[in-house]
Formats: sequence, structure tokens, C-alpha cells
Amino acid sequence: MARSSFSAIPRHKDYAAVPAAADNAHHVVIIVGGGPVGLTAALDLGQRGHKVVVLNQFDFISGGSKAICFGKRTLDIWNRLGVADRMVEKGVVWNIGKVFRGDRSEPIYEFDMLAAKDQKMPGFINLQQYWAEEFLIDAIMELPNVELRWGHQVSAIDTEANRLTIETDTDTYTATADWILACDGSRSAIRDMMGLDFEGRIFEDNFLIADVKFEEERPVERWFWFDPPWGGASALLHKQPDDIWRLDFQLGWDIDREAAIRPENVAPYVKGMIGDDVPFEEEWYSVYTFQCRRMARFVHDRVIFLGDSAHLVSPFGARGANGGVADADNLAWKLDAVLNGADASLIETFNEEGICTADENILKSTQSTDFMTPKSTVSRACRDAVLDLAEAHEFARPFVNSGRLSTPVSYPESSLTTPDRDTWTNGIAPGSPAIDLPLRNGWLLDSLDGGWNLLSGKAIEDAPLPVIVLDDDKARQRYGLSNGGAYLVRPDQYIAARWQHFTLDDLEATAWPT
Amino acid sequence: MADLNTSPNLTDPDGLYRTLIDLHAGCTDAESHKRSAKLILCLANHIGDEHIFRQAVAIAGDAQTSAKDT
Ligand SMILES: Cc1cc2nc3c(=O)[nH]c(=O)nc-3n(C[C@H](O)[C@H](O)[C@H](O)COP(=O)(O)OP(=O)(O)OC[C@H]3O[C@@H](n4cnc5c(N)ncnc54)[C@H](O)[C@@H]3O)c2cc1C
Repeated sequence: MARSSFSAIPRHKDYAAVPAAADNAHHVVIIVGGGPVGLTAALDLGQRGHKVVVLNQFDFISGGSKAICFGKRTLDIWNRLGVADRMVEKGVVWNIGKVFRGDRSEPIYEFDMLAAKDQKMPGFINLQQYWAEEFLIDAIMELPNVELRWGHQVSAIDTEANRLTIETDTDTYTATADWILACDGSRSAIRDMMGLDFEGRIFEDNFLIADVKFEEERPVERWFWFDPPWGGASALLHKQPDDIWRLDFQLGWDIDREAAIRPENVAPYVKGMIGDDVPFEEEWYSVYTFQCRRMARFVHDRVIFLGDSAHLVSPFGARGANGGVADADNLAWKLDAVLNGADASLIETFNEEGICTADENILKSTQSTDFMTPKSTVSRACRDAVLDLAEAHEFARPFVNSGRLSTPVSYPESSLTTPDRDTWTNGIAPGSPAIDLPLRNGWLLDSLDGGWNLLSGKAIEDAPLPVIVLDDDKARQRYGLSNGGAYLVRPDQYIAARWQHFTLDDLEATAWPT
Repeated sequence: MADLNTSPNLTDPDGLYRTLIDLHAGCTDAESHKRSAKLILCLANHIGDEHIFRQAVAIAGDAQTSAKDT
């Protein structure tokens, strides 16, 4: 992207451009990109004590329409990093989704994103991506070991020397790093310059995003329409903070994209959805198309791809930023371990688990897209059959797919997961993230310390790692724990192993680094 | 795991077949496709067994059985 074109981008907040650095300095970690993914990785590595340089081609936070829905798992990750409270406070909390069809006022299907209640974080919040970025930046600025370089654009990479060429408005300099994290978004310059593949599907449909401001009391729920009465194939309504609403209209493929965002063409859709009598103001109108694709590998020696640079999904499951933050969470503790002397092969498990996450997100969002935009006569007939049946017949409702919203991905097959030795009828399977619950005067997830931990039914003598005792009935029930049972929890709060009768020797057969 | 029953299992196959054809009487192709889909979804939910459903799908998509209708 040419630096001269940045002036057209709407701005949420400006930062002072940082002057170019001296040539050829060496760094431990350089993160390219200051989106939610690069920032989360920087905060995590920074809090673990590492020196990190973040390069962002912009010297501002962009204010355009991007992610708004952040899921439970992302909130748990940001909670571990101490930034979730601000997000939740500013954000709009929601758990319920409703699906409508045509002009019928009753939904044909409803879902609840927070299946297990009693957790610190809600099922979902809506928060403009720019607020999430600002809160992450605020937290990073408190860390003296993380340097944010605003207005620094990577223009070349030499993978032999792990050297980047970086341009500011006035200068060009180079820098080398032990590790380069390419968090430079969907049009990743690093991916292109390294000539790496990015395979997948492009969906032929245009979506009009109208972020508008109006004051009206409405339930804080995700509302989705199939065949809405005001036109278009589908539509979506979400509340954002500050009386801003996201209205999303599926327009079809053969449209004039420039005309579509003219206020006089947007207004009929907005009025159709919110009513003729509600005055509204434009925040930002845009049209987008989407793709589902990913790189074949995310780890290329000392250059690691995370977030949109590595994988893209259709937006209907809110899986883009959420999936990318999961990458940052998955990589940070592994890179921390390697920087502290662990074998670099641990990084390969990021490739393994990151691809597993991306594939599930791509699969789920492709399935949603195929339901929402049927590609053949028969596929449309099946879709319409489901919608027809759903109104009167409960059994058909689970087929209704208006986007399966982001939930954490499990890694039962991962090389870091120890399969169950015992038979379990409840609890949390190895390879899945720990689930929160109230514990003593706080929360279970808050009592994990960011390293490897044990959750146990009782105190364990001489344990070589911190033990959190689940001593109330509710906690034991959620984890299916008896007195002698234990769970081994990874630094990213995933369950690595569990036992019904635990002894310290059991740790040997796990990924825990003795 | 139970398998798909591929032996004859109906007392009045002609009657059932007629019921199936009657479902589509006077329908446009689009409406017919939709009715077939509804029927399949009803039955699939009743069977409630993805293994059996996949075995039926395999038969439906089998080149030998589908060659006859081309
Ligand atoms: C309309 C819309 C709605 C969406 N809704 C959701 C949602 O509700 N939930 C969800 O989870 N996701 C959603 N997404 C997807 C989400 O916005 C992205 O997945 C997310 O932004 C990816 O984060 P990232 O950090 O990987 O990349 P980006 O946010 O794209 O950040 C890339 C960063 O890299 C910097 N950069 C790029 N090139 C260079 C370079 N050469 N040198 C230096 N810096 C560079 C950029 O300045 C930027 O800071 C939505 C997307 C759109 C467009």
C-alpha cells in the first residue's frame, strides 16, 4: 500500500510518527503490524518480559468498519493480559441471537452464546475494533520493553539474514531479528515478498456495511434476517457502543459498488430495517466481498504468520479477529519458552494448532456462507426447505445457519495433548480450553498464573508447578473432578492432560517441560 | 453401530411409492426440489444417525445407481 494513499483512511486516533531508527540494529522479536493480532502478541510477549519492536505502517488507529464481535475465548485471552475489563466496560454485552425470515415478526430460531453461566467474561461483546486496538495499545505503552514504531512500513525482507527494510515518511533503514512475526493483515506484504501461497475460495457476493448512529431502545441481541422485506438476500443488525449500530446487507454480485455506498442508496435499506421514523446519521458506509483462504504453512523458519496474513474467513461467524487473537495466544507462550531456552521445535506446534484453528474457522464460515448464499437450484431448495420447516417444526431449527459464531477450537490430536487414560463422562477434554467458574472470592481463570498449572481436587505435596485446588462442589462438577483427580493446564489455559487418580509421575507422559 | 437396512422392508412398496410421487403432483421443479429436501430432512432427523445417513448418501451418489437415470 503506497504511503501516499493513507490520507484517505478514516482515523480513530492519531499517534506521533516515530523517526527512523539507526541502520542494522538487531532485535529479538519484531512484530510487523499493529492490528488486534500483532498488538495481542506484543502485549503477551511483553508481559512475559521480552523485548519487542512493533512496526505499524500507520501512525494512527484506523476508524473504518472492521470487527465488532469479540467472543468469550478472545475475552478470556485479553483477561489473562489484563485488558478485558476495559473492553467489557466499553463494549455492548450480548448472548442471544435471533433469526428472522421475511416480514414475520417472530424469530424462526434463537441461540444463546453463553451455554455455561457463572463465568467472569460474557459470551460476546460488540466493540469497534478501533477501541480494542486502543486499549491494547494503552496496555503496551506501560511496558518499557515493548517499542511501538508508528509510521514504519516494511518494504523488503531478506529471509537469509532475517533482515527487514523499513520505510518512514522521510527515511529508509534496516533491522534484523531472531524472530519476525508477520501480523500485517490480509494483503500481507511479507507473504507476497516471500512469494508464499494463499489458497482458497472467493465468494461472489457484495455486502453493504452501514455503521449508523441513532438513539432507540432495542434489545441487545444479534438479529439476522433471511429474505428481509426491504430487499437483498439477508441482513444483520448489531448494536455497538455509543449508539452506533452495524447494519449489514447482502446485495448480490452484479452491483455498482460505488453507487451502493451513496447515502441516497443506503437510506432505503436502513429505513427498511429500523423504520421510517427513526432519524439516523452515517458513521461509515462501505461495501466488501469476502474470501476463505489460508497459507499452507504459518511457520517459515524464523518468520511466523499470524492472523489475517495467514488465514481469511467470511465474516459471518466473527472468526477473523477472534481466530487471529487465538494465534497470538497460541504462539506467545511457545515463543517465550523458546526464547528462554526450550527447543525451537515447539514453534512447529504453533503451525500445527494454528492450522487446526484456521481450518475449523474456514470450514464453519464456508458452511454458513453456503447456507446464506446457495450456489445451485438444489442447494437453494434445501436451504429454503430448512427455513420453511423451521417456523413450525423444532427439529429443523438447528439447521438454520446465519453464521456459527466463534467458539474456541480444540486440539485433541495435537502433539501437546495427552489422550485420556481414564473414562470420563463429564469435565473438559484434553485439547480444549479451561472453562471459567467462580472460585473462592474470584474466578478460576484469574487464579491461573500464565505458566503451566495443575487444577486438583485436593492439595498436592511437592508439586513442581503451581496447584489450584478446586474445593467447592460446583467447581468439581464442572470439571468432573474427584478428590484425587487433576488437570494439567497450559500457559494459554488449554487442558493438556487430566487424570482421575493423579500422581506426580503422570506428568512425565505430558508436554509439560520438566 | 447399526448399518443401513438395504433389504426390502416395506409391506406396501407400491403404496409408498405412490405417496412419494403424489407429493410432487402439479409442482414446479423448484417446488419439487424443496419438497424432496423437506422430506429428507424430516426422515434424517427421525433416523438421528449420521452413520446411516452417510451410507444412504453413498448409495444415492453411487455412479452405478445414478448412471441409470442419465
Ligand atoms: C466489515 C468487517 C467486519 C468484520 N467483523 C468481524 C467481527 O465481528 N469479528 C471478528 O473477529 N472479525 C471481524 N472482521 C475481521 C477482522 O477485522 C480481521 O480479522 C482483523 O482485523 C485481523 O487482524 P490482524 O491484526 O491480523 O490484521 P489487521 O487488522 O489488518 O492489521 C494489520 C496491521 O498491519 C499493518 N501493516 C500492514 N502492512 C504493513 C507493512 N508492510 N509494514 C508495517 N505494517 C503493516 C497495518 O497497518 C495494520 O496495523 C471483520 C472484517 C471486516 C472488514
